[in-house]
Amino acid sequence: MTPKVASMRDAVADLVRDGDTVAIEGFTHLISFAAGHEIIRQRRRDLTLARMTPDVIYDQMVAAGVARKLIFSWLGNPGVGGLNAIRRRIEAEAVAASGEPPLELEEYSHFGMVARYTAGAANLPFFPLRSYFDTDLPKANPLIRPVESPYGDGLVYAVPPLKPDVTIVHAQRADAAGNTQVWGLLGCQKEAAFAAERVIVVVEELVDEAVIRADPNRTIIPGLIVDAVVVEPFGAHPSYVQGAYDRDNRFYLDWDPISRDEAATQSWLRDWVYDLDGRAAYVDRLGAERIASLIPGSAPSGVVDYGAYR
Amino acid sequence: MTDAAFSKSEMMIVAAARELAGQHVCFVGVGLPNIAVNLAQRTVAPDIELVYEAGVFGARPARLPLSIGDPTIVTGATAATSMFELFAFYLQGGLIDVGFLGAAQIDRFGNINTTVIGNYNAPATRLPGSGGACEIAINARHVFVIMRQTRRSFVERIDFRTSPGNAAGADDLRVRAEQHWLGRGPSVVVTDLGIYRFGNDGGMRLESLHPGATIEGVRDTIGWDIEVASTLATTQEPTERELQLIRVELDPGGAYTK
Repeated sequence: MTPKVASMRDAVADLVRDGDTVAIEGFTHLISFAAGHEIIRQRRRDLTLARMTPDVIYDQMVAAGVARKLIFSWLGNPGVGGLNAIRRRIEAEAVAASGEPPLELEEYSHFGMVARYTAGAANLPFFPLRSYFDTDLPKANPLIRPVESPYGDGLVYAVPPLKPDVTIVHAQRADAAGNTQVWGLLGCQKEAAFAAERVIVVVEELVDEAVIRADPNRTIIPGLIVDAVVVEPFGAHPSYVQGAYDRDNRFYLDWDPISRDEAATQSWLRDWVYDLDGRAAYVDRLGAERIASLIPGSAPSGVVDYGAYR
Repeated sequence: MTDAAFSKSEMMIVAAARELAGQHVCFVGVGLPNIAVNLAQRTVAPDIELVYEAGVFGARPARLPLSIGDPTIVTGATAATSMFELFAFYLQGGLIDVGFLGAAQIDRFGNINTTVIGNYNAPATRLPGSGGACEIAINARHVFVIMRQTRRSFVERIDFRTSPGNAAGADDLRVRAEQHWLGRGPSVVVTDLGIYRFGNDGGMRLESLHPGATIEGVRDTIGWDIEVASTLATTQEPTERELQLIRVELDPGGAYTK
């Protein structure tokens, strides 16, 4: 077993390159804001950012100028409203006023995105689904194509595989080899990781291999496909980690007025990303009181007995 | 209780929740559906199985979820699944009775736009997009819609068809069968003014007017000549208990009821 533990700075420097397709996945849960911020700090450019739900993290990354294109299925600040920095790169009036080229978009539905990662992970040429009938989505995105069933029972739609250059996922825990365990919402992290060329896992806690082996059903990503393990407590803030901390809803609400104003957005990026050297400094800046307010009560699972078979 | 004792939004949420009486498995959409189904679980449908696209079957949220990916939908749920399982096995596999959706624009056939206002390639307003709504509209047995109605939201022609309604009008059921859709399409739309159902021609018809709302008010906020049922009902006012649940337990901050 090769230990893969790395600092966030080294992991991003080694594994995320200009022009890459990068997927930071996690459906409202376990979003690696820490990795997104490090990518901003290292001033990566021309990235294609893939994610089912470009959340506040992609709004920040687009505002920082790292992205050329988005691949997605739902674009919003969940429970709050729109992603204003991204909208400025899409909506006609704002694009014309900025003189910048509009952001390229490649848009699917949720099932379409999940199916794309699944096809990528399973080395399939496409994935068929019963969706998109009588909608404008295949017109907006010609990569969504109708295909006849080879068994003669009608039409389905196909989506192509999505194979990110790098997938980054946040998780509760992993061992030094990158064997990664998650509980709570699982999103499409497993599919996105298996589909990727390179994988970075960012964890709340580094654990012994024995902890992983004591509960193999909870392992969603094996170390086999992991290139780096970064230990970054509170690295998913302001999103949440089931059982560790809650979503910081105040942050999502605060982001709305900040992101409506380009100058305020850039000033936020300076204060909370460029001027900090990493996640520990970010957590310090948030303060102990803010962090403490996010810690949930306890709701432990029962214990199962896997049995010893010798 | 007088008309002033509840808001139009509260009436809309209560009327939407009541539509879930007798339903077994409900796929919960983003926004207003979230509070309506959580109210239903505390009133008319205590045994309803709530399905969230984030990957939860049988949610029992202890608080109103802040978004459809809130940790409270996991704790105490029957199952946490991958999103692939949720969409492939639960939805496309035919286990969903009701898909409860919101919308930015809707037309008379219940076609829904949540993608853009204006031209897709250079939009005036960029909206969130499909999320799971496109496949929910196709594969949930029934589709319920909850949305506020204005001239900008109830339109003759939607700017983008994100989720299909009774797309082919009276021909709709034949098209759905040929293409193996599992859903029968939209069956009810609940707004802040009334309740609409769909006739045999696939078109929307006003069936019930909320207390305080008028036919003129309805016509002023719909971009086509709306059909009105010959026996128009008046929606039953919210009860004290329904209002109490919304105001004290589900939405004390008024996020949904402003």
